[in-house]
Parts: sequence; structure tokens; C-alpha cells
Amino acid sequence: MGLTLAEKIISQRIGEEVRAEDIVVVPVDLLLAHEGTGPLALDRFGALERTRPATQVLFFSDHAAPAPRRELSNVQKRLHTFADQTGARFYPPGEGICHQIVAERWARPGQIILGADSHTCTAGALAAFATGMGSTDIAVAMALGQTWLRVPPSIRVEVDGSLPPMVTAKDVILHLIGLLGAEGANYQALEFGGFTVAAMSVEERMTLCNMAVEAGAKTGLCAADEQTHRFLESCGRADSYTPLAPDPDAHYERRVHIPAGSLSPQVAFPHFVDNVRPVEEVGDVPVDQVFIGTCTNGRLSDFRIAARILQGRRVHPGVRLLVCPASRQVYLDALREGLLQVFVEAGGLILPPGCGACVGVHQGVLADGERCLSTQNRNFQGRMGNPEAEIYLASPATAAATAVRGRITDPREFLQE
Amino acid sequence: MERILRGKVWRFGDGISTDHITPGRYYHLRGDLKALAEHTLEDADPEFARNARPGDFVVAGKNFGQGSSREHAALVLKERGIQAVIAPSFARIFFRNAVNVGLMPIICDTDGFETGDEIEVDVVEGRVRNLTRNFERTFRPLPPVMRAILESGGLVPHILRYGGLQWQDTP
Repeated sequence: MGLTLAEKIISQRIGEEVRAEDIVVVPVDLLLAHEGTGPLALDRFGALERTRPATQVLFFSDHAAPAPRRELSNVQKRLHTFADQTGARFYPPGEGICHQIVAERWARPGQIILGADSHTCTAGALAAFATGMGSTDIAVAMALGQTWLRVPPSIRVEVDGSLPPMVTAKDVILHLIGLLGAEGANYQALEFGGFTVAAMSVEERMTLCNMAVEAGAKTGLCAADEQTHRFLESCGRADSYTPLAPDPDAHYERRVHIPAGSLSPQVAFPHFVDNVRPVEEVGDVPVDQVFIGTCTNGRLSDFRIAARILQGRRVHPGVRLLVCPASRQVYLDALREGLLQVFVEAGGLILPPGCGACVGVHQGVLADGERCLSTQNRNFQGRMGNPEAEIYLASPATAAATAVRGRITDPREFLQE
Repeated sequence: MERILRGKVWRFGDGISTDHITPGRYYHLRGDLKALAEHTLEDADPEFARNARPGDFVVAGKNFGQGSSREHAALVLKERGIQAVIAPSFARIFFRNAVNVGLMPIICDTDGFETGDEIEVDVVEGRVRNLTRNFERTFRPLPPVMRAILESGGLVPHILRYGGLQWQDTP
């Protein structure tokens, strides 16, 4: 019997064949943490009486970038100082969201990546086994260069057919989470495949893998193929490419089939990510803020589809539109293409690359009773800084359409115009 | 670690997220655990944040701790002296974090428990007795390795004690 992608990556990395449910000690290729989780990891690392990390570590200032308070500037400084002293890498405010930078500059097929951030699974789009853990696990991996984990059983998600216009990877993953439920993949891996996924760019696959954790999954994975090669090439890292695919006779815990051709834009209602409805069933939902950005949907292809709708239009007078590129590279590319100009001319506001608005640290905190439609991955109560507010989740296309109309809007309305 | 734990229940519903336990608006307090812990679960039950006492239990619905990897979510509960979190299921990162920081997670059916109930937990036999309502539930006790980590007070002290990633059963 063959191996799933998760089984294959772990088997290759430890040099012996392992299967779902095996508990193994694995080498770790890359570790990441940010100002919210890194300081605690450094405390633990110090308690373990170590001074230099045993593997490559990246620290990011992305959750509070630039820092709104001295407590946060101080922890950013601490990470920076540690990195300077130990050979770890520090990314200052403005460089972007950790998961985006990992994809652009570090991740490669077959790696094992741990991050003190739950959306570390985003790198699964490049066929890396990437998963979120807490600060203690990151510190232990820093000290030992390895971690223990249970090889996850996999759910194979087959997406077939062509996505209709204005229906995107975000709609696929929201629909899937609605099907599986918030713990439907707890302790498992989601392995994405099928015609639609094969046709998706790595950017779109990152949207799928990013939200695997919203179904409880340990990681989300896509095979490494021509799309992966193209992406790595565009990042100047063609030599990082190796093809990697699951075996055709691999054993899956479950198979889920999503016919892409019949999918509509999807919206997750407050306060749970699995509270998903197709846009036709949304009803009349006016919003006060629209947010396009984050590690889920802050990339160039996301901005392109949003700009197509916003080009030559104005944001509804009752709505604040916030746009946040996921990295400096995305920012520059969007600048060169004129996309940021479209957003600003429409009445939008551009935020520096980072996570602050999504996590409720700063920038875009909602008022009591307000509603936001966001392209982010979570809508838990209090997520954007105010427990008295509501968050709806959708794609960049739905977000742009909503920004124009002032209420949650089917982006396909803009196809005819 | 005591084998028999006894205390008062704080009851929560399904899907309690890490944003409930440690809201993002207190991000800047992560370096000050005591201050952060004052806000524990305040959006889910402000009474808990004000009145939870050391020795109390958090008893919740399914998928407790879903969301972020922030270990602070487990740490603040420990800081408040919560003896164990009991829920029918946990989000995986929270579960791992809880063991790593020395907070006991117990996977058990929690139907019928209410805030204020007195309960008694046998962590070795795997039994929760609701003394107020007079019923008993059983659960699968944590594997010995996890109990050993909890016994050490978390993964870091455990590693210092055993000299490495001692993940096989320990005596």
C-alpha cells in the first residue's frame, strides 16, 4: 500500500517508512515564531540552558507592525537582539506576514516546518509538512533540532471541474470547512488534489492550506508539481524544487469530493468559521468595514480580482475599506501593477504588511455593534479587537463587491457590468 | 500531582476559542502573565475572569481551545490555578500546549455539568464524580508519558529532569 503525502514527507525525512498513527521523532528543517509567541519560546529556550539554536530559526515582527505600544517594541527588540547574537533570522516590521515570507523565501517540498503560529500549515501549499505548535514545542525544537509527532491520518479532498468566474480557492476552503466542521479534521492532514487544485497557482493553494487548521487539521498539503516549480522560479528559487506526490494507492481515512463547477461564493457567519452559507442564502447584511488582506488572501492574485471589481468604482460611503499586502514583495508587485492605486482611488486605505487588523492587535479595530466582512481565516468573537462586533469571512471578490454595495454582495453581479 | 482532585465547576459551551481565552486586544500583556490572566475567558463569562479561584475546574463543550497556537491560552488557565480542563474534545494545538505547560486536559463527556457543581476527579482511574448532581462519568486516563510531563510541571522541567525528549513511558 502506498503513502499519503504526509506519510511520504515524514518517511523521507527520517529515512524509514512510517504510517498514519505512528509516533515518531523527526528532524525539523525550519522554525518560526513572531512577537506574540517568540518571547515565550526564548524564555523556554533559556530554561533549557541553550544558547544557540540547533536548526534554522526565523523571527518575525508581523503581528504588531509597526509596534503600537512599547511592550511590543520591546519584545520585537528582544527577538532582533537574540537573532543577531545566534545566527537566527529576524524580519522587522514591513517585511510581511511570516507565512508569506516562508513561502516566498524558505519553504521547499519535503521539508518539516514548525511554527509558533497556527497558520504555519500555509507552507503545505509547497508540499512541506508544516504545522503550528506552541512556544514550548518551538523552544524544544530549537534546542534539539527535532520534535515528536503523531503521523496524521489524511483526508483526501478531491476538487474537480473548473471554478466558475468570481468563485475562488477561498470559496472552496470555506465550503469544505462548512462540510467537515471546525473539528472535522482534528489531528488529521487535509490533502488537496484533483483537477481544480492541479490548475491552481501556489498562491491559491496557500489559501486552501492556510485554513486547514480551521477544520482542526494538523496540516494541509498539496503535491509539488509544475505550478510549484513555476512559483519557486518566480521567487528566484527554482533550485528548491523537487516533485513530490502521494502514491495512487495511498490509504485515506476519508475522501471528500467537491465539484468546483457548481460552487457559489461562500460566506462564514459569526462567530464560527464553519458557519458557512452560499452567498445566495446570505440575506441583507449591511457592513461597516471590509478588510482585504492576511496570510489567507493578501496576495497579488487576490488583489487582482478585487481590483477588477473596484476599478473605476467608489467604496460605499458607509464602508471603510482596508487593504493589506501580505509581504513587501506583494506590496511592490501590487504597486507596479497599479492595483494599490485602484484601491486608493476607490476610497480604500492601504495598511503596512502584517497581521494586526486580523488579530485585533491594532489597525481596523471594530466599534461596538459593527460588522466587518474580511478575507481573513477566523471570525471568532473578539477576533478583530472587539467582542461586541461581528466578522463575516469571504473571498477577495466578495469583499470587493461588498465594499462597493455596502452590504454582503455576490461578486458575480459585477460580471455583467 | 494528586491522584484525586476536587473543586468547583465553571461551565462553558462548544467551540471556546483561544480568542475567548486570551483576547488579541491584550496582546501587549503576553509578557505579563499575571495581568493577562486577569482577563481569562472574560468574553465568554466575565464572572469567571473576576471570580475563578485556584482549585476550580473549567468544564466545556467540544473543540475547546480552537484557533491560535498561543500557549498563553493554556498558561493563563494554569496561572489562575485551574486544576484541569474537562471537555469532550480539544483542538490539537491547545491540547499539546496544555500538557507542555502542566495544565491537565481531560477528554470526557461533559453533558449535565453546570457552573457551581462540586466535582471529584480520579486522574488515574479516569472518573469524574459530580457530587452536586450525583452522577459519574468515566474517561480514558492520559497516557503515562503525559502524566509524567504534567507531574514534572511541563515539558521543559521534564526535559531538564530526563535529559532529552523523553517521550516514551517514564516510570
